[in-house]
Amino acid sequence: MIPGPFSYYRPTTLADAVKLLATLGDEARPLAGGHSLVPMMKLRLATPDHLVDLHGIAGLKGIRRDGNKVVIGAMTTQHQLLASDEIAKSIPILHETATVIADPQVRYRGTIGGNVANGDPGNDMPAVMMTLGANYRLEGASGARDVAAVEFYQGAYFTALEPGEILTSISIPVPAAGHGYAYEKLKRKVGDYATAAAAVVLTMAGGKVASCTIGLTNLSETPLLATDAAKAVIGTNLDAATLKKAAAAAEAIMSPAADARGPVEYRKHVGGIMVARALTRAMAKAG
Amino acid sequence: MPKTHITMKVNGAEVEGLVEPRTLLVHFIRENLQMTGTHIGCETTHCGACTVDIDGMSVKSCTMFAVQAQGSEIMTIEGMANADGTLHALQEGFRMMHGLQCGFCTPGMIVRAQRLLQENPRPTEEEIRMGISGNICRCTGYQNIVRAIQYAAAKINGVEFQEAAE
Repeated sequence: MIPGPFSYYRPTTLADAVKLLATLGDEARPLAGGHSLVPMMKLRLATPDHLVDLHGIAGLKGIRRDGNKVVIGAMTTQHQLLASDEIAKSIPILHETATVIADPQVRYRGTIGGNVANGDPGNDMPAVMMTLGANYRLEGASGARDVAAVEFYQGAYFTALEPGEILTSISIPVPAAGHGYAYEKLKRKVGDYATAAAAVVLTMAGGKVASCTIGLTNLSETPLLATDAAKAVIGTNLDAATLKKAAAAAEAIMSPAADARGPVEYRKHVGGIMVARALTRAMAKAG
Repeated sequence: MPKTHITMKVNGAEVEGLVEPRTLLVHFIRENLQMTGTHIGCETTHCGACTVDIDGMSVKSCTMFAVQAQGSEIMTIEGMANADGTLHALQEGFRMMHGLQCGFCTPGMIVRAQRLLQENPRPTEEEIRMGISGNICRCTGYQNIVRAIQYAAAKINGVEFQEAAE
């Protein structure tokens, strides 16, 4: 399988990349890790005339602490995320999520920016970013803007990115010290997209849930925030009845597709189970 | 489409070639460099048969363009044997532990395992299994591949290999 012909550009600055995308127009695509785009090109499901490779832009890489936020450059790979002490210490749910994305080889190339910007409902990081209240920095010919992860996803492969814009970094507020977290992902095998997955970040006070956010992966055309499910657990100690109620509230907003991972009812059912498991594990981790 | 001149280091030797931007790295290695040890399996980024080591990373060479490897340092299965021609500990391990049957996945397995042992010289069985989870074997059921990597780790660390009981 050989992709269609294209011309290749490797700018060394973001300004040059933005300029190239603006000049080359609609048939130009930015290339990050390439582990979604290149397979699509081999199948000729994507046939861009121009590829603007972002690997040469040093400014798009790296993880840094900025006050009470962690800022991750878009070209930071999943492998680098897993190797980062800052991430392990301050936002461990990202570490947990990265370990269940694809396989080791893909994680050496696959980038955090590509994962969140592609708009693939099967990608794991978008729901986690929504759960964490992350913001995306988008830069294009008309300047830079910040869009909240919760506002970014509009449909399958359809996002707030305008033509010619590049997602350049992700800014994540560091969750409270002692927070509990979990990303529960049901998949058929290593490397598969989620049949259903749930992200939970919560805090406990006096044995009861004080705050809670729940995100869902691959259970709709976009990642979802399960706000009613999260509300249902506030003030409880996550007893069996509450977990059941939270799972039901989450299932109510799921609209997965029937595919090789199972029929709609099954995927919603296991989606509810992922929510309950993630809540339970997050509570056990909260300090 | 005009061709681009690329240079890189493969198994310690400087190489060059003229490629279209769409030429996949695995095709450049197999067809331009005539090094056919790197295999093309699924062509869909799943199987890992095409795994090569690029600048210290295990990469599926069917999912990267040759132009992207400009200036990089690559190692393929042809670069695994010791300078005196004897087998690398991993190659020896695969031979001694029957880590292959048809052998199609073996180059990718060995190149991947080499990077795994560089990063984690004393992996547990679980870490080996997760470490090679991007490489698919359809013959062995992985049992002997895991043993082969354990054999190599023991040899590299200078300890006696303790074969797990059946």
